Amino acid sequence: MKTKNKSVNYSKWGYIFILPFFISFFIFSFIPLADTIRYSFFEYYRSGIKEVGPNFVGMENYSSLLASDMLKYAGNTLILWLIGFIPQIVIALILAAWFVDIRLKIHGQQFFKVVIYLPNLIMASAFAMLFFTLFSTNGPVNGMLMSLGIIKQPVDFMGSVFGTRSLIGLMNFLMWFGNTTIMLMAAIMGISTDIFEASEIDGCNSIQRFFKITLPLIRPILAYTLINSIIGGLQMFDVPQILTNGQGSPDRTSMTLIMFLNSHLKSRNYGMAGALSVYLFIVSGILCFFVYRMTNNDDPDGSKAAAKKAKRRR
Amino acid sequence: MKKKYISLLLMAALAAGTLAGCGDSADSGTKGGSSNSGSVENNEGEEGKVINVYSWNDEFCKRVLAVYPEVKETSSDGTVTTLNDGTEIHWIINPNQDGVYQQKLDEALLNQASAAADDKVDIFLSETDYVNKYTDADADAAMPLTDLGIDPDSDLADQYEFTKVTASDVNGVQRGSTWQCCPGLLVYRRDIAKEVFGTDDPVKVGEKVKDWDTMEKTAKELKAKGYFTFSSYADTFRLFGNSISEPWVTSGETTIKIDQKIMDWVNMSKEWLDAGYLDKTVKGQWNSDWNQAMGSKSKVFAFLFPAWGIDFTLKPNWDGKDGAWAVTNPPQEYNWGGSYVHACTGTDNPKHVKDIILAVTADKDNLLKISKDYLDFTNTKTGMQEAAKDSKSYASDFLGGQNSFEYFTPVAENIVIAPLSPYDQGCVELIQNSFNDYLQGQVDFDKAKSNFETAIIERYPELTQVQWPQ
Repeated sequence: MKTKNKSVNYSKWGYIFILPFFISFFIFSFIPLADTIRYSFFEYYRSGIKEVGPNFVGMENYSSLLASDMLKYAGNTLILWLIGFIPQIVIALILAAWFVDIRLKIHGQQFFKVVIYLPNLIMASAFAMLFFTLFSTNGPVNGMLMSLGIIKQPVDFMGSVFGTRSLIGLMNFLMWFGNTTIMLMAAIMGISTDIFEASEIDGCNSIQRFFKITLPLIRPILAYTLINSIIGGLQMFDVPQILTNGQGSPDRTSMTLIMFLNSHLKSRNYGMAGALSVYLFIVSGILCFFVYRMTNNDDPDGSKAAAKKAKRRR
Repeated sequence: MKKKYISLLLMAALAAGTLAGCGDSADSGTKGGSSNSGSVENNEGEEGKVINVYSWNDEFCKRVLAVYPEVKETSSDGTVTTLNDGTEIHWIINPNQDGVYQQKLDEALLNQASAAADDKVDIFLSETDYVNKYTDADADAAMPLTDLGIDPDSDLADQYEFTKVTASDVNGVQRGSTWQCCPGLLVYRRDIAKEVFGTDDPVKVGEKVKDWDTMEKTAKELKAKGYFTFSSYADTFRLFGNSISEPWVTSGETTIKIDQKIMDWVNMSKEWLDAGYLDKTVKGQWNSDWNQAMGSKSKVFAFLFPAWGIDFTLKPNWDGKDGAWAVTNPPQEYNWGGSYVHACTGTDNPKHVKDIILAVTADKDNLLKISKDYLDFTNTKTGMQEAAKDSKSYASDFLGGQNSFEYFTPVAENIVIAPLSPYDQGCVELIQNSFNDYLQGQVDFDKAKSNFETAIIERYPELTQVQWPQ
């Protein structure tokens, strides 16, 4: 009885201390969220400085979005994400394995860790701006290639689908591979050194070690990275927006979902933008559910999975 | 110990933040105090104490300070100007980029009715591209000038007719006025003209560019010597786009009618681009490639610019000596840009607003002073005719001593402004973007058309269809 009283007393303070967060979350996140969903059922936009609506239209916004090019933009988003993600995860895995390997004894590890993380600190829009200038038709990259005699005519990087998409992928890769590397390093360091030692005694070479030990043991973190990156990729906006001036040029092939959302917001079309947000919300929600399941079932450092694996092998 | 230091540091930072905040709020507190008393007096027909001016740069501010006689002083940061009677002008400046200015202005206008007297917008500015959005009769954001006590027929008689038309709503009620008038000219490189035509005399070069057919022959000559006529296809857009015969969207309709002139522009741009008269590497305007095309290393013969373009765009990008450029008549008369001054509905300072508008946009002496100091082509017919003859005071060093007003004036008199609609800005922007891909050879003609349809309906959801010329 006594102990129960005491705990009630404490928990009251606990609630009071977390209250500010919940109040600000409720006001600044929850109400706008609910409003977004509500407006997605309305015709509500601004024409010049006159407001139209809100008039209830049911599911019309949703169906007209499906009829529009939304799926094409979803495809664009996926392609742009893949172009960035594949090199990102490959390079990050290699770097993480090298950095963690005790036998390689890489000097200046700390320095390189900082350097590869640095691009992530630059604002994405500033980064895109920089690339826009570097790769413009009369820009420094073309100038350099021409004076080196590699090309005769300036290459119109941003005039072709391939060029624009590669540039966006390259930027996303540069910005995020450092982050992924550091995350994967943490995962690899979580693997018990006993396993590595045992494998070496058994005569395992470094490639075998990577594919048979490291990779399977960091799988939970790898999956977490993947899903996190998909969610980030769904929200890809600033890099292609700045690089293509909001047009997704050429021929709208680098228009992402959020850029599409943004072009609705130019006319303050809260109804249509709301419906698009709800679609994105559902997709992100499903992905978040997977992340949640993963982080709850498996210990993120992989030890539990490692234990399971070890058991199975036995 | 470390934690303690960090928390101390944080506290200090927080305290500094609050203190700075206090400083600001103390200032605004006193302003707020005076504003309250102002709004009380307002009921007895008195003027408010604060004039809020919305603008996207300090252009208008500079001109008011230069010619409005009531100005007493301006604060060191340039945001507040005090007039002789104690009234303060607050300059509220938001950049034009990405529509920020219009967003902020729209928010302010939507709150106009409920705003405190001294927070109300009193004067705001708009550009030709979107002036119609604010002068719209239904929106009623800009006050009719007659309500202010300005009679356009007598007070603004010396203004160019087309500027009045631009600032009027569908019923012909004028709701804004401008000090500036933006007839455009052809600005060309003297050295290239000498090399190709053997002369850089503006009259003789003018003969070579007098209309589109002659222009094309000239382009061929330039091409033979390795020069581009213009830098990009966007350069010629205003000449076509501002001479359309019907508005993009007729008032009350939801169909966008594409004028034949626009299609002419597309066709000509494609032909010229393929023929090599335009520089293929310059895609549109306002980018670094375009800026570089104005440098001394460029192979571009000419640009099409109004007065502001020569001073704010060409001059800063030119890296050679003064006197390398000259102006002459364009192949077609056109107008590009112009800032309009509007009195905002609901203003609490109608008298001051009227005085300012008259001083900056209707007083001939003031306008001539602006022309001399800032090289604007100003909105006074008689004044500009004088300027055209007065080669001594208006000669430009940049143009090698040429008096550009001599060429601007006849263009200004012949301008027939394109009919406006509230959708102009989006249409002009998106049609160029959509056909950009076509001109670059990325998509075919029909795809470019359908891309425009998608984009325009995204931007303006109330529009329903696009009608292309047959």
